[in-house]
Order: sequence, then structure tokens, then C-alpha cells
Amino acid sequence: MRRLIVIGFPYLWLALFFLVPFLTVLRLALSDADIAIPPYTPRWDEPGWAGLREVIAGWDFENFVWLTGDDLYYRAYLSSLRIALVSTVLTLLVAYPIAWSMAKARPAWRPTLLMLVILPFWTSFLIRVYAWIGILSNEGLLNQTLMAMGLISEPLLILNTDRAVYIGIVYTYLPFAVLPIYANLERMDPSLLEAACDLGCSRIAAFWRVVIPLSRPGIIAAAFLVFIPVVGEFIIPSILGGSDTLMIGRVLWDEFFANRDWPVASAVAIILLFLLIIPIVLFQRQAQRQREAEG
Amino acid sequence: MTDPAPPPVFAPWADDGAVPLINLSGLTKRYGDVTAVNQVDLQIYEREFFSLLGPSGCGKTTIMRMLAGFEEPTGGTMTLGGQDLAGVPPNKRPVNMMFQSYALFPHLSVADNIAFGLRREGMPKSDIEGRVAEMLRLVQLTKLAKRKPHQISGGQRQRVALARSLAKAPKLLLLDEPLGALDKKLRTQTQFELMDIQENTGTTFVIVTHDQEEAMTVSSRVAVMDEGRIVQVATPAEIYEYPGSRYVAEFIGDVNLIEAKAGTTTDGDLTLHAADGAVITVQSAVPVPAGTDCALSIRPEKVAISRDRPDLDNALPGKIMDIAYLGNVTTYHVEIAGGQILKAMVANAAQRSEQAFTWYDPVWLGWNAARGVVLTR
Repeated sequence: MRRLIVIGFPYLWLALFFLVPFLTVLRLALSDADIAIPPYTPRWDEPGWAGLREVIAGWDFENFVWLTGDDLYYRAYLSSLRIALVSTVLTLLVAYPIAWSMAKARPAWRPTLLMLVILPFWTSFLIRVYAWIGILSNEGLLNQTLMAMGLISEPLLILNTDRAVYIGIVYTYLPFAVLPIYANLERMDPSLLEAACDLGCSRIAAFWRVVIPLSRPGIIAAAFLVFIPVVGEFIIPSILGGSDTLMIGRVLWDEFFANRDWPVASAVAIILLFLLIIPIVLFQRQAQRQREAEG
Repeated sequence: MTDPAPPPVFAPWADDGAVPLINLSGLTKRYGDVTAVNQVDLQIYEREFFSLLGPSGCGKTTIMRMLAGFEEPTGGTMTLGGQDLAGVPPNKRPVNMMFQSYALFPHLSVADNIAFGLRREGMPKSDIEGRVAEMLRLVQLTKLAKRKPHQISGGQRQRVALARSLAKAPKLLLLDEPLGALDKKLRTQTQFELMDIQENTGTTFVIVTHDQEEAMTVSSRVAVMDEGRIVQVATPAEIYEYPGSRYVAEFIGDVNLIEAKAGTTTDGDLTLHAADGAVITVQSAVPVPAGTDCALSIRPEKVAISRDRPDLDNALPGKIMDIAYLGNVTTYHVEIAGGQILKAMVANAAQRSEQAFTWYDPVWLGWNAARGVVLTR
């Protein structure tokens, strides 16, 4: 019985906070928009089985068909995946050296460094993204500094472009990439690197041939932890991006709040979910293989 | 049929004309205020199986890491085959190391681990295959070539590490506690394998260990270290029979040390006056001035125990306080006048029930003058 409770609790949690919301959204996606409160039909007005049967009878896949009709959605999904992919690579490139130097720092320093990586989370995410406006705008800190140093004569146009979005994403998601890579590198036996040098590798060759392959699980975990949330990212592109920065999170927001078309917004969300399930499943399988390999 | 001629005695250190492979001179390593290695002078010859022996923190590992190139000396010089090693990075030294943790690459198979160094060297592919197969045969792991390190046992991993470090045919192989992770039975067996491999390949081995038994078994010579200094370098037998100081005597094997003042020397026999008044005679090749504080070192197995006063150069009466029965041998702890406990070890040729002595028996301990060693340090 106790066992059942222990096992049952996480499932109950999943059912309550994943399955129920998912079914609610799915139901909305299958419904039609309506000028009403709430703004969709069929609503479950009549209590009991008869009412439910009526609701189910009113469901159709119209919204999904509608999505295929307008290439805005198609382009938004593609653009989101592209932005997520590019920013994941950029984040990894910045995160790896940070994680490496943390893992190589003196053990007494490591908790402090770890703390510093997590520290930005103590300030509101929204405020931190807004702060980037002050840095990246034409009259911002970055342009002023570069112009004062005489490196540029015209301010660089960064804010309200994809570049600003990339900067914002890399900045925001950096800790998610640093932590798994650090955890992996920190566990690595330092004598592996010495053994590689001893057997004839220069330090750089040893790094490529031994450290990078061995930190692959950490790199993959970091990539997924960045990629998956960035695909659906809304705040960063809407604050730092330009009007032409097309991301599915923004499309979803517009459908929901500007058009008040809850059913189409829900259909967009459902497709996004299925798009993300593929990398999530890949990630799980990789993790599984890793566990098996470590025996 | 005549017996083959006995092999010539291997003792290049005794030959004045021999040129050492490794020459350490005034080698020093400091970490801040701590001196890990202090003014070490050492010559190691080709084909030697040389042990650096000492407790943890004595600097033995630091010397090894300096030879491998992972640490730069603070002072002194190191030469290998006449070449000064200062500033030569690890990947440019004809030296390989077998790590205490083995440091096998977990993402590579056994064969790829062994081939790792050869590939870095740019050896042709077919030659690499041949060399890997040869190494696998040497350590008897041919069947496991395709396995990953986590799929084989600890003893097999140890052999892969050995094969990998020998694959490049280094002039010098460094072994850091090579058998430390193995259980006792496997360790004894592996010691002999290690000696065979060393002999067959003719490689010079320098091994770091804190296990004196291991050092005694495998080495041609042993350097006993203490607090960054080498206190004695000699063959295992010499170290055991003629320790140079109280530290060495106590570190290697079991020993009785009797503190005494030197008396007169006649015909090489030195008279010692122990604190409790006992007079002990000991042979001493080096003259010890009368009045010097010194210690008599006598190994327990060289002390005879008997009921009646033995007809030996030295005889001390005492009482058995403790008996440690170890199966093959029994050690008697005998209290002599003055309260000091001396150990006498007797091989158990007979069954235990037939043993002559029991607790609190009055007995005599005896040994000849040649059995003891006088230590002034």
C-alpha cells in the first residue's frame, strides 16, 4: 500500500498538472471560435452525459486544417526551430569554456562559482531582459562604449533584430547549459587528460580526443535544456526582437490575446507540443543509453 | 646434461663504468611553503625495476610526476639518457606512465586504448594492428580486445593500462601504485606477471608504492623516502638486513629496536649498553665511537626463544606477555628487564598443540652478534 502511494504520487502529479491541462487545451483546439464568454463553442452548458455527448459531437479538426492553409504558421514554426538551433549552438559555445574553467578551479572555489552562475535567477527574468534594451539600443551602453573607444563611428543596429534575440537567449539560458556540462566535467578523472598527454597528445589534441567525447552526455543534456524551451520562447523575441522576428510563441500570443481565437491558439500549441516531443524522446533515449553504458 | 650457467648478476649500480639512464641531481619541488621533494640525488640504470617506497606524502609521487613531465621541478636537474628533461612537455618525453586510477579512456575499446599512443605517433595502420595484437598477447587479453573498459574486471583493466603504457616501447615506464586497487591474492599473482613483463620487454620500470612487501618482491633496488628525502637506496635484501637508520628498519618489515650507548669495539664486535643495564654484543663493520647514542636492530625471526639460557653471543631473560599465532609463524612478545617488549618469531614446523610456550612462561631470548645491526641514525 505504501509502495502504491510512493509510486502513485508522481503519476497523480503528472495527471493533475500535465494530462488535465493538456486535455483542456486539446478540447479547445477541437472546438470552434465564438463571440461569447468563454469565446468558443461547443461549451459544456448542459450538465451530465447528454451535454458531454453534444460537446463531443461538436468537435472537429477544422483548426488544424486552417493552420495548414496559411503559411504564416508554417514559417513561424520553421523560424522558431531555426532560432532555437542557432541559439543552442551559440549557448553551448559560450557555456563550455565557463563550465571547463569552473571544473578546473580549485575545489574550494567551486561552490562560489556555481552560486555565481545561478545568481541571475535571483532577479526577475523580465527585468533582466528589459535591462538588455538599455545595453543594446542605439544610444545604449554597448554602442556608446564602442563609439567612445573609436571602434565604430555609427551605432550598431542590434536591438529589434534577430541578433538581439540571440544575445538575449544566450544570456538567459546560459546557466541551463553550464550546469550539466560542469557536472559532467567535474566528475571526469583528471588523470585521463594527463594520460592522453603522456601518450603523445598536445594539450589541445588531448582536449579534442578525450575531454570532448567524454563530455558528450553533458553537451547533449545542455543542448536539449536550451533547445526545447527556446522553441516556444515568447518574452525574449517580443522584447528584444524586431517586428520581423517570427517565432511561434508570439504567433500563439497574438492568436490568443489579439484575435481572441482560443481554438486556433490551442491548435498552434498542440502542434508545438508534438514538434517538441520528438527532441524530448530523443533526449530520453540518449539518457537511457548513457545509463546502460555506465552499467 | 649440465645446468645452464647462472645468469650474470644484474647490478649496474655497483659498476663504476655504468652510465645511469636517469640522473636526478639536487631535484627539489616546493609548493608554496611545503617542500615535497628535497634535494634528491638518484641514479637509475637501464633495465632496472626501481621502487620509490615511502608513506603517503613522502614525495615519491611528486618525483614520478616530475619524471613524466606533469610537474616542473623548482630546483635541480633531471636527465634521461643524457637528455635534460627541463621544459620538455609530457608528450615529447620517451616516458610513459601507468596511472593509479589506470585512466583508461572509457569511450574507447581495449584495443583502441592500447592503440591510442601509437596513432598519435603516426604509426602506419598495419603496424598499429600488429603492435596492439602483440601487446594484447603480452597481457593475455586478446579475447577482450573489443570490450569497453567498464565491461572488464579490475585486474583486466590493470593489464590494459600496462599494455597501453608499454605499447610505445618507452625508455622508461613509470607505475603509480600499479597494484593498489587489486585485492591481495590478485596482487601477489600480478607482481610476478609484472616482473616477467619487465624482464621480457627490457624496459626500465620505476614504481611508486607504499607497500613494502610489493617493493621487496619486484624491485632490483628500492629507494626509501621520508619527508621529501631519500633515506636509503639499496637492494631489497640489503635494505632488510642492513637498514641504514631506525626509520628504514621500522618501515621495512618487523623489527626490535633496543636503544643503547656504544661501548668498546674489539675485533669488529661492538659492546652496547642498553638503558636497563643489559650488555649486547653486535658486529659492526663501521667503527662507532664509544658513548654514541645508537640502537640495536634485530629482526624477530633472528631471535631464538628457549627455556634454558642459550649458548649464543647475546642472551636476555624475559617473560612471554603475548602470543600472536599467524598460522605459519608465531610471534612471541617477550618482556625483558626494564619493561621493553621484544618480538621473537618462530616458524610453526609442528602443530600448535605441541608448542612449547604459553603465556607468562619465563624464557630466554638469544642471538649471535652477527644477526643484529647497530644504527646510529
